[in-house]
Amino acid sequence: MLEDPYQTLGVSRDASQDDIRRAYHKAAKKHHPDLNPGNAKAEERFKAASAANALLSDPDKRGQFDRGEIDAAGTEQARQPSYRDYADGEAGRHYGQSGPQPRGWSAEDLGSIFGSMFNGGGRPGGKTDMRGSDERYSFTTDFLDAVNGATRRLTLPDGRTLDVKIPTGTLDGQVLRLRGQGSAAGKGGVDGDALVEIHVRPHRYFKRDGQNIRLELPVSLSEAVLGGSVEVPTPGGSVRMQIPAGSDSGIRLRLRGRGVPMQGGHAAGDLYATLRVVLGKPDAALEAFLRDWKPEHPNDPRREMEPSQ
Amino acid sequence: MISIEVLIARVSDLDRNDLDRWIGNEWVRPYGYTGHYEFREIDVARVRLIQELRDQLQVNEAALPIVLSLLDQLYDMRRRMRELGTGLGRTVPETARQELAAYLCEYRPVDDHKI
Repeated sequence: MLEDPYQTLGVSRDASQDDIRRAYHKAAKKHHPDLNPGNAKAEERFKAASAANALLSDPDKRGQFDRGEIDAAGTEQARQPSYRDYADGEAGRHYGQSGPQPRGWSAEDLGSIFGSMFNGGGRPGGKTDMRGSDERYSFTTDFLDAVNGATRRLTLPDGRTLDVKIPTGTLDGQVLRLRGQGSAAGKGGVDGDALVEIHVRPHRYFKRDGQNIRLELPVSLSEAVLGGSVEVPTPGGSVRMQIPAGSDSGIRLRLRGRGVPMQGGHAAGDLYATLRVVLGKPDAALEAFLRDWKPEHPNDPRREMEPSQ
Repeated sequence: MISIEVLIARVSDLDRNDLDRWIGNEWVRPYGYTGHYEFREIDVARVRLIQELRDQLQVNEAALPIVLSLLDQLYDMRRRMRELGTGLGRTVPETARQELAAYLCEYRPVDDHKI
């Protein structure tokens, strides 16, 4: 049973729309779930205030409620997932406070949260640091290396080199953790890790779409009209594809399994080629033919175009 | 993956220029690059959060980075705490965990100085 929306917002039944808006802003600021993580009561209050506001801020609905035509739940909306639903989970790592938060803890993480607990806190007789600190690097890779996977050598500012194994299907912004490649540890400790954020350079004609690859494929007029077998570049090398006769510009053909290769829990993606008819240089014979050409089905391709659309 | 067109269609009253600015400020961090952004569900929720902070809670854009940074820190910490809980559950014997729970329940800040 929902309580009276006027009570929820703490306003009288004859409150002005302005009063209601102010009362709602006050309640929302106080109880917003992202400002009160884990506080179920605040979330309840926030939802109640939002529902009350949704009802009362709409003069029509407010009138219906005042006349008893709908109850307080009459306008309850299906709840959108809140930011917290994602931020609290694994997906939230992406918005770590200083860039994507990697899995696993570093010495600093342990130190900043537990202070002395894990390293003796510098007390006389305390152990040396158990672990060296993590170092962050960024690395820009070619599109195809990210799609197919590759091993690339990264030269660090201190002159060391690091072989980075870029996994198949790596996405732009992904962070790789290289165990033991960060700062050296103190005596008896474990070296820190290198965290490498991967940036993927755009490709001239391939576009990534999840596991699939998209590509605009130029075809000649005769290939489009008569069909034929053409060579199509894919991330794994060129393959031949049959173009059906009468394929118009914009038609999309699929090459199954020719997208991003299978990796982890992902099946191999597909390659989608969108045809683009290219006329090429002027051709006297073609012009002469078209001048005398009487189409079998005359067609105005702009028939359904309207300026207002 | 969600394209920018789908994102704009899914978030009501979202202005394309606002979104571009938020991405430029790294308040929203899609995969990909200009013209070929790929958003995930968390990015959609974050766009809604920023919109809500600005329009309903009246946090102006000058103050937004502070609010977002505090929220990010908070969620980092909550994730750490959960990992700690899982770690304790898997590595520490039952009796020690009960002792820890008892200690935390009876914990009085005043004792802090004696430790």
